[in-house]
Amino acid sequence: MNASELASSYELVVIGGGPAGLAAAALAAKAGVQTVLFDENPGVGGQIYRGITTTPVVNRAILGDDYWAGAALAAEAKASGAAIVNGATVWTLDPNRVVGVSIAGQARMIQAKRVIVATGSMERPFPIPGWTLPGVMTAGAAQTALKAQGLVPTGRTIMAGCGPLLWLLAAQLLRAGAKIEAILDTTPRINWLKAARHVPDFLLSPYRSKGLALLREVKGRVPVIAAHRVEAHGKDKLAEVVFATGAGERRMKADLLLLHQGVVPNVNLAMAAGVAHRWNSRQLCFEPVVDADFSTSVRGIAVAGDGAGIAGGTAAAERGRIAAIAAVEVLKRGASVTNVQTLRQSLAREGMGRAFLDTLYQPAPSFRRPVGDTVACRCEEVTARQVRDTADLGCEGPNQMKAFLRCGMGPCQGRLCGLTVTELIAEQRRSTPEEVGYYRLRPPVKPITLAELASLPKTEAERKAVER
Amino acid sequence: MARTADVVVIGGGIHGCSTALHLALRGLKPVVIEKDYAGRHASGVNAGGVRQLARDHAEIPLSVSSMALWERIEDLVGDNCGFESHGTVLVAESEAELAGFRARVDDLRLKGFTHEELIDQAELRRLVPAVSEHCPGGVVSRRDGAADPFRTTQAFRRRAIERGAEVIEGVRVTGLSRVGDIWRVETSGGPIEAPKVVNAAGAWADRIAAMLGEPVPLTVIAPMLMVTSRLPAFIQPVVILRGRKLSFKQLGNGTVVIGGGHLATPYRDRNQTVLDWEKLAISAATVWELFPVMRQATIVRAWAGIEASMADGIPVVGPSATSEGVFHQFGFSAHGFQLGPGTGAVMAELVATGKTNVPIADLAITRFGSTKLSS
Amino acid sequence: MFKRLADAGETVSLKVDGKDIRARLGDTVAGAMLAAGVDRFRTTPVTESPRAPYCLMGVCFDCLVTIDGVGSRQACLVPVREGMSVETQLGKREAGR
Repeated sequence: MNASELASSYELVVIGGGPAGLAAAALAAKAGVQTVLFDENPGVGGQIYRGITTTPVVNRAILGDDYWAGAALAAEAKASGAAIVNGATVWTLDPNRVVGVSIAGQARMIQAKRVIVATGSMERPFPIPGWTLPGVMTAGAAQTALKAQGLVPTGRTIMAGCGPLLWLLAAQLLRAGAKIEAILDTTPRINWLKAARHVPDFLLSPYRSKGLALLREVKGRVPVIAAHRVEAHGKDKLAEVVFATGAGERRMKADLLLLHQGVVPNVNLAMAAGVAHRWNSRQLCFEPVVDADFSTSVRGIAVAGDGAGIAGGTAAAERGRIAAIAAVEVLKRGASVTNVQTLRQSLAREGMGRAFLDTLYQPAPSFRRPVGDTVACRCEEVTARQVRDTADLGCEGPNQMKAFLRCGMGPCQGRLCGLTVTELIAEQRRSTPEEVGYYRLRPPVKPITLAELASLPKTEAERKAVER
Repeated sequence: MARTADVVVIGGGIHGCSTALHLALRGLKPVVIEKDYAGRHASGVNAGGVRQLARDHAEIPLSVSSMALWERIEDLVGDNCGFESHGTVLVAESEAELAGFRARVDDLRLKGFTHEELIDQAELRRLVPAVSEHCPGGVVSRRDGAADPFRTTQAFRRRAIERGAEVIEGVRVTGLSRVGDIWRVETSGGPIEAPKVVNAAGAWADRIAAMLGEPVPLTVIAPMLMVTSRLPAFIQPVVILRGRKLSFKQLGNGTVVIGGGHLATPYRDRNQTVLDWEKLAISAATVWELFPVMRQATIVRAWAGIEASMADGIPVVGPSATSEGVFHQFGFSAHGFQLGPGTGAVMAELVATGKTNVPIADLAITRFGSTKLSS
Repeated sequence: MFKRLADAGETVSLKVDGKDIRARLGDTVAGAMLAAGVDRFRTTPVTESPRAPYCLMGVCFDCLVTIDGVGSRQACLVPVREGMSVETQLGKREAGR
């Protein structure tokens, strides 16, 4: 669909085509709500189900059953009557539910009666020395390359970090025939102690058996080394990885270093829309404040999926449905939908085991709060030392710091530095992330060209000319 | 026991902080009461234009005196504030517009003001090579330039504190009453008493004025701005248009700031603004027509500040008409940044000595209707 | 850094800095470039340091390239097209390209 074919208003706009968005759009459209789903990628699936309709990795054993479960979601959304628009970048959402979207360089403003933000999560920043070198990528990036395009790493590949995704990706890459030289496990040993009290719930959760199976699959074939410091070295690209273990420092030559220390909500669109957020002290990230229907502080805007707080892909679909049911109740009162209680029970079950995983895989402070010349803000190349020194000079928060260091003012809009800068300021000023706060995010949450903006219909006549 | 000060300055924007600094330089002890943090609103998020060009006559004396301070800003506040001077150019888009500019420049010269200079197409293209060929000339103010608004406001705040002022942030004024010769200022952090008060409360100054029994026609506005990603340097002066809304400047780091006064919707009690993208699209189209080289530029961020606009477009600077010892310094109507350093100096003189040589009579609050001074 | 699991499906031809590369229809520009062995997509405006994709999901902005004359496109979000012309970006992007 191109931009001029969009209606100028929809009853429900769903932003994001991952599990939450797909499930929400499908449910709402089937209930008779005029629904559009925007996703910026060429195909639906978000990150977890990336390439679900187009992947060249046809051997199902490689990506595994959990991935292929996404196919049903995509098919359901496609058959539901919702307008699914790919290649559509939403760059603004305001408290009046006006959505700015661009398709192929043409921008439109769309009025929504209800909005479900399902923009999901992204990897937590992993600021280590050398992390900006070509050849250093996230584990998720390698997973995307595999799922969407059937690409596997060549050369010497090292993985580093902590969290379930690290093991899942390692297993998938091994099944695809890639070789992994080592996995540097940065899980702090003390976390095992902290996580112990959550073990009973974890033992009852679906994560346990899946997790143990993956660990067995990988540990038998790849050396796993506990490391408390990791550095990427090289001149214009990665050449070797230097790391510190209990037994001292080691170096390994490498062509690709895949980093992962959990995922965090991608807050930019929700924050720019004025949605209130709070600090989650167990998951160590900011998340929107939502109620049981995933409604936010802004009337008519809900946040579903991992964007509402990290809970995984299955939970995301259920959250999407719950948010959609709430929207249907307002937009098409009386329409029959799935029983919401069943969904809530299912969601609660999905939540079991999360406390254990969240606590176990809380990254060590040294990996969240870098020092010295380690780059904190990748876009503007601001170092950890600069952030710490500026905090010491009296800069109390990230918004004041922006003006002095430009951190957070580059194109990524703080996605890769926001948490780092907030935590660094909190540490230097002996404060907390809640106190310090986060960047004040403003639209466009994705850059738009002057041409795209100039192409917006500006007069009533122009608007009518493009309306369906 | 209430705390005391020589002067309470309400509002920690550039005007409040500049006045506080200049009062401190005169040996007085001012206390600034700021409800958020210094530079949080219009002062910290404006386009940074340091402009004498295209001002209402009533503001010109303040603007000229302020310009002299800008030219030694590093001595004044210990920071160059990112101030760079390459002139401001008002671009004419038609011969008719240019004729109107010629008449204005002639009139200014008759009144003794020489900062504005008419330029022809050759000089326009020399100063602004990237401008579109349809523009026949314009007006230049060569000493003008641009600075970093947040950095400037913070520099005034910092220097004021170093010189003995106190700046209290996160506290708002809730009431004003006179007790004998002293003003008792009620705040969310407790009362403060001082013989003199300066109302520099920006978009909230009408509330302070109302507490004093002198309502003013102030509208809260939210002028919008956009900034691009870095581009190779292609323009040095600041460019403004008169017929269409545009202000346009390229910063030292290569980013281009586009403003001009299209308005968002402000919610001043929530510190929030909601942008109007269709108006921003008009700004984008204007830039498209004026600077073809910008057509593939990327907009990285858009925002709006919360500002006060007076019905006649000029600020209120001078003593209260109802309340002895109270002075007003607000309503800068989206062009107060350049006036900050100089107006603070004038206000400090007025507060300390009762008079100033800089002509500000046309900016008096009495112009909105006569009210008698109550004793 | 990356190789294809299997030769799959229709291919397209595009230019990267003037050199021809073949890509799979359905690849993103970033994936096609990585598969072709490109290890520098841009240099940064601040220090001219080389960058290549970090996240491949549109949040890091390190994969910015010029595509068919339009600069600073996120290569990981743009699907390849026959005849596309891609240029890696050095420092500040040229205005007007």
